[in-house]
Amino acid sequence: MRRSQTGEPSELDLLAIACLLPSLLYILVMFVYPFLYGIYLSVHPLKMDGFSLANYIAFFTDEYQYKTVGITFRLAVPNTIVVVAISLLFAYNMRRGIWLERTVTTILVLPISLGVILLSQGILGFYGGKGWLNQLILGLGLLEEPLVLTHNFTGVMLSLFMQQFPFCFLMLLGYISGIDPSIENSARTLGANPWTVFRRIMLPLIAPGLAIAFALVFVMSFATFPSAIMLGQPSGSTRTIAIAAYAQAFEMFDMSYASAIAVIMGLFQLAGLLLILLLRKRMVTAATMGVGKR
Amino acid sequence: MKEPRCETIDSLRFRITKRFGAKTVLRDFALEVRGKQFITFLGPSGCGKSTALNIIAGLIPATEGEVWIDGKRIDHLPPEKREFGMVFQNYALFPHMTVFANIAFGLQLQRRPAAEIAERVQQILDLVQLLGYEGRYPGQLSGGQQQRIAIARALVLCPRLMLLDEPLSNLDAKLRIEMRAEIKRLHTNLGLTSIYVTHDQVEALSLSDWVVVMREGLLIQAGTPQEIHDQPVNIFVADFMGFRNFFPTQVVVVGPDRDVEAAGNGMKIRGKTRHTFAPGASVVAAIRPNDVVVGGDAAGPNAFRAKVDIVEYLGREDEVIVTLETGGRLWVQTAVRLAPGENVTVVLPPDRVIFLPPEEYGGTE
Repeated sequence: MRRSQTGEPSELDLLAIACLLPSLLYILVMFVYPFLYGIYLSVHPLKMDGFSLANYIAFFTDEYQYKTVGITFRLAVPNTIVVVAISLLFAYNMRRGIWLERTVTTILVLPISLGVILLSQGILGFYGGKGWLNQLILGLGLLEEPLVLTHNFTGVMLSLFMQQFPFCFLMLLGYISGIDPSIENSARTLGANPWTVFRRIMLPLIAPGLAIAFALVFVMSFATFPSAIMLGQPSGSTRTIAIAAYAQAFEMFDMSYASAIAVIMGLFQLAGLLLILLLRKRMVTAATMGVGKR
Repeated sequence: MKEPRCETIDSLRFRITKRFGAKTVLRDFALEVRGKQFITFLGPSGCGKSTALNIIAGLIPATEGEVWIDGKRIDHLPPEKREFGMVFQNYALFPHMTVFANIAFGLQLQRRPAAEIAERVQQILDLVQLLGYEGRYPGQLSGGQQQRIAIARALVLCPRLMLLDEPLSNLDAKLRIEMRAEIKRLHTNLGLTSIYVTHDQVEALSLSDWVVVMREGLLIQAGTPQEIHDQPVNIFVADFMGFRNFFPTQVVVVGPDRDVEAAGNGMKIRGKTRHTFAPGASVVAAIRPNDVVVGGDAAGPNAFRAKVDIVEYLGREDEVIVTLETGGRLWVQTAVRLAPGENVTVVLPPDRVIFLPPEEYGGTE
């Protein structure tokens, strides 16, 4: 940055600061203040005066509340793994382009544009008790009873997968197709079969993108709310932590307790992110070190 | 250190056609060569030379055709089974691995003992003069060093056939000349068979035992560098080899020893040809700018009066454009210092003038 000789900030610096102001203001008003206010609210319970951790203690001592953490993890972790794995499978095999690529990509990505509500309605209509799938199965006499695929754990998983797969797939496709094809070609000429190329060369190179995909899909899954309500059992097996926070805020009208739950949710998401980034670091190191051994 | 010698192939033979959709990239591109040679595919971008190399490597399937090595058909083999080495224009080192790991990669896949791997990596690093760089990552090396590592990585496996896809085009001019000598040295010392792809005729001429000139998927001319340089078969190859002056003429007399006398546009030109022309045939006379003699015997053959138009200083010589009295334009490279507007005599020495078929593609061999 250019500075005047006297050490005073130059006009250019002032201009730069002035240009940054609107966005700084926006971040302050729209993110920093609500976030800090939420934390403040969470440690000032409704029926007490002054600072108290009562809300946090209440959450972790009430089984009905704290088991939402377990439920959310049981939804988010398998869903994240399945979404990222299937996205990787598709993106890796489409990295050099395929036949009818645009059509295929459009079909894969379409659910993104529909929105959660329409998607959930569609899932209910297709996979529901009286949906097309079950009518087909019963009509063909394959099963006596309809498959229960909605209003339970499976329904939420289906919905989460359909929302997050396109997003994750597109991200990984961009990442993988950005890797210079001559890198894998050179590995082939050096004697590596396609599987070895994937394991020793491509996977370590994709790892950073994969970590970002894991992180984003995990955070999105952990915050799942509409899918858990529309396709799950919002008061039972799919009562996620987001539903718990919503119930406190808009059914019990206890904003303070709701904020505490939101903060707890945020902390678990953060912990998940840290774990993913740590694993990514180890993965890259292992791939680099592994070459010296064997 | 004693340089290892690699076992190489005795012969390579192929005939390939490649189409991408409706576009034909290689049309019945065929060649048969002995081993231990340095072969170059030379041509402008888009002529199919890289595609041909990738097909030989097994990285791209041919639409039709066969590739034979030492009497065995190999085009069904995947690249990892061919035991070829390949060097790419953009180096293609594994960015997440050290120099050691990059070079050791192929040896590890062959499950060689660690001691042997370490020794051979040292040996090859010595050969490319990069000892001591084992622990570096590709990102920490210059372009020239990266390309040396890429070459070392291929050479350490003693490839039966070495394929080089424009390996020098990302390097600066000075480094390119150094690396060119380096590649030739390694090829000769290791006793390799190499196929080298380039669009640079100087690289092709200086490195090769056998040059294959290509255009739009066709083989236009194949021969020794001297042959390609002195006796291009058509205007395209001649242009590529530095002939800059082309004059359309008609054959007047065909003498013994492939001498030709032709006339056109008020000029009478004598020269040589590798083709068989009948008197009256349309032909193109061609000469390189640096073969034109300024001054000389104004009464002798192929002497013309001309006026200097443009003079460009190039150091040892000037590049000059003159207008002939008969109307044509002539590019000249000469050490004689000329000034614009000056009247001069230029001589096109008859043993330097070649006659070519008039159409660009004529005389395909």
